[in-house]
Amino acid sequence: MLTSITNVLRACVQKNGAAVVMSARTYADFTSQATFEIKKCDLHKLEEGPATQVVMTRDEGLQYYRVMQTMRRMELKADQLYKQKIIRGFCHLYDGQEACAVGIEASINLTDHLITAYRAHGYTYTRGGTVKEIMAELTGRRGGIAKGKGGSMHMYCKHFYGGNGIVGAQVPLGAGVALACKYQGNNELCVCLYGDGAANQGQIFETYNMAALWKLPVIFICENNRYGMGTSVERAAASTDYYKRGEFIPGLRVDGMDVLCVREAARFAADHCRSGKGPILMELQTYRYHGHSMSDPGVSYRTREEIQEVRSKSDPISMLKDRLLSNNMASVEELKEIDVEVRKEIEDAAQYATTDPEPPLEELCNHIFSNNPPLEPAH
Amino acid sequence: MNCAMMKQAEGVTNAFVCIYVTFLFVFKFLGPTQKMNLFQSVTSALDNTLASDPTAVIFGEDVAFGGVFRCTVGLRDKYGKDRVFNTPLCEQGIVGFGIGAAVAGATAIAEIQFADYIFPAFDQIVNEAAKYRYRSGNLFDCGNLTIRAPWGCVGHGSLYHSQSPEAFFVHCPGIKIVVPRGPVQAKGLLLSCIADKNPCIFFEPKILYRAAVEQVPVESYTIPLSQAEILQEGSDVTLIAWGTQIHVMSEVASMAQEKLGVSCEVIDLRTILPWDIETVCKSVVKTGRLLISHEAPVTGGFAAEISTTVQEECFLNLEAPISRVCGYDTPFPHIFEPFYIPDKWKCFDAIKKMIHF
Repeated sequence: MLTSITNVLRACVQKNGAAVVMSARTYADFTSQATFEIKKCDLHKLEEGPATQVVMTRDEGLQYYRVMQTMRRMELKADQLYKQKIIRGFCHLYDGQEACAVGIEASINLTDHLITAYRAHGYTYTRGGTVKEIMAELTGRRGGIAKGKGGSMHMYCKHFYGGNGIVGAQVPLGAGVALACKYQGNNELCVCLYGDGAANQGQIFETYNMAALWKLPVIFICENNRYGMGTSVERAAASTDYYKRGEFIPGLRVDGMDVLCVREAARFAADHCRSGKGPILMELQTYRYHGHSMSDPGVSYRTREEIQEVRSKSDPISMLKDRLLSNNMASVEELKEIDVEVRKEIEDAAQYATTDPEPPLEELCNHIFSNNPPLEPAH
Repeated sequence: MNCAMMKQAEGVTNAFVCIYVTFLFVFKFLGPTQKMNLFQSVTSALDNTLASDPTAVIFGEDVAFGGVFRCTVGLRDKYGKDRVFNTPLCEQGIVGFGIGAAVAGATAIAEIQFADYIFPAFDQIVNEAAKYRYRSGNLFDCGNLTIRAPWGCVGHGSLYHSQSPEAFFVHCPGIKIVVPRGPVQAKGLLLSCIADKNPCIFFEPKILYRAAVEQVPVESYTIPLSQAEILQEGSDVTLIAWGTQIHVMSEVASMAQEKLGVSCEVIDLRTILPWDIETVCKSVVKTGRLLISHEAPVTGGFAAEISTTVQEECFLNLEAPISRVCGYDTPFPHIFEPFYIPDKWKCFDAIKKMIHF
């Protein structure tokens, strides 16, 4: 029976024009789950931290792999389209940081809330946006997730509040969302992200105070990728222990390149919030391969060797792949299949994003206020 | 309106790619000149300042390596890291800190990375900087403070890299606001702002940083504040703009002359606050028609203030209602930029309407 399944699959694959080496192994050969030892988190004002021995199932592993690979390919495609001037404006790519978005989403529900700053393509995807909608938004077309009106920095979907250009401004907003959750008693929480540069904004400290005072269910997450644009953390912050900056808010410092670490820490943080203990702060130590934006080559403030080192030693996708393969949880061919499917999805999305028409001119003056008919461009 | 041409213009970029604004004024008395673009002329002004004023300091996000628009390239190496230094990402902190440094006697030159980011510092500017002298009965002041920020549309800036926020600050007595149109103007006006004994905000049209190139004097020189400049004399319509838009107006003036036989007087306001009411009104008394144009949204934009003052002073001289061609009342759009900006066709159309009123 397996042979006939294999034949059907092979036929489908060939119909799509992709040449794939079909795995001859049966799925019963694979380990269904394995236990992994992960890095211990640094703790601030906490007696105990997230577990260091975690279980990942085969399905989970494949799913994380697929999502991270999709995000990676999507960002690289955006890079390509930007260089072809099909995407214009500002474009901040997330490749290297995939483990953060995927790990967080693995431990919260789609009914929870999330808000971040402008490096948001990855989160838009994990929160439920499709690659097509994301890419069409980048190219400013009507099929874009914000109808083509926001662009790279302003993507939104259900329970995902963007996509914000003014860094730090999204943090009090996130606390407000958390307040609404607490008020409505729906057991939801809000994950509120910001970067190492924004960590020095005054509004964030105002928010720490409010969140702790009112015990709001908010997980503050500082995605520390070591550089605020071109400024390294040492040159911007009096204290680079971002997980301690909340002072009276308990904190965790997490290896942001390991999806399991992020997942475990997010699970710990979510439990903390949902048990009514109030806010918690997580610092994810991560890295971006691209420069700050597409206008930044990314090598004037850091060495190519550093980037290469992170890529070879700590790449989140490679790390996961190694884990899956060395624990017999997946085969090389299987992962290759996923790669091929992902590649196709991205190609289709790019095609759509390039050919979809731009939003109609009525959209220029639409949605300034609520429910007005669009303004006539008067002048 | 030819949509294909508008599309081709792709925002304002094409209109300025080939602009080499050469002045007929001879700067011989100001010494040797050098070909500079706008950001280089800003660097030159800052260089002159740091050289002549030992209390001068420059700070802001990423200024140390040269700044995201390269306005401070080379200054840290030349003058030291205690005079040109980076701040963390905190606009409110940057301006607050600048006010303090200025009050204590340093010539503080703060950079806000994009004018769009100036709003966290709004309270500091409006409530602290602008009111310091007044509230202390002239005992203290922060006149040594100058805030610089890249300003205006750039072709692809979208909501948060294209704003022109001068109108928000115009409503605040106690500060000065200046917008140059090119390298020669920028250097002279910036040096005047730095020398001026009042806190000044200097908005630099970012689209002109590379596109505008002129022969700029290497030595220090100042251009007076609160003086508008008549770029072209005319008799039928007065056109007022500042920054990038003045170049659009110059083109519109040629179009009006060529296609309508209308002679336009083009005035660059230069200082937005306090503005040169006299020059503007004198011009409108002569021509009887006024068109004001800016990228910022029309409602509450500075054109409204000019318009009101002019109708107060020159009511009986007006041949037609004063016309404003400005951005629409929307956030600065992402993909719709070419339709949003007050381009030459909209301005030309407005002139036609005024002539036929």
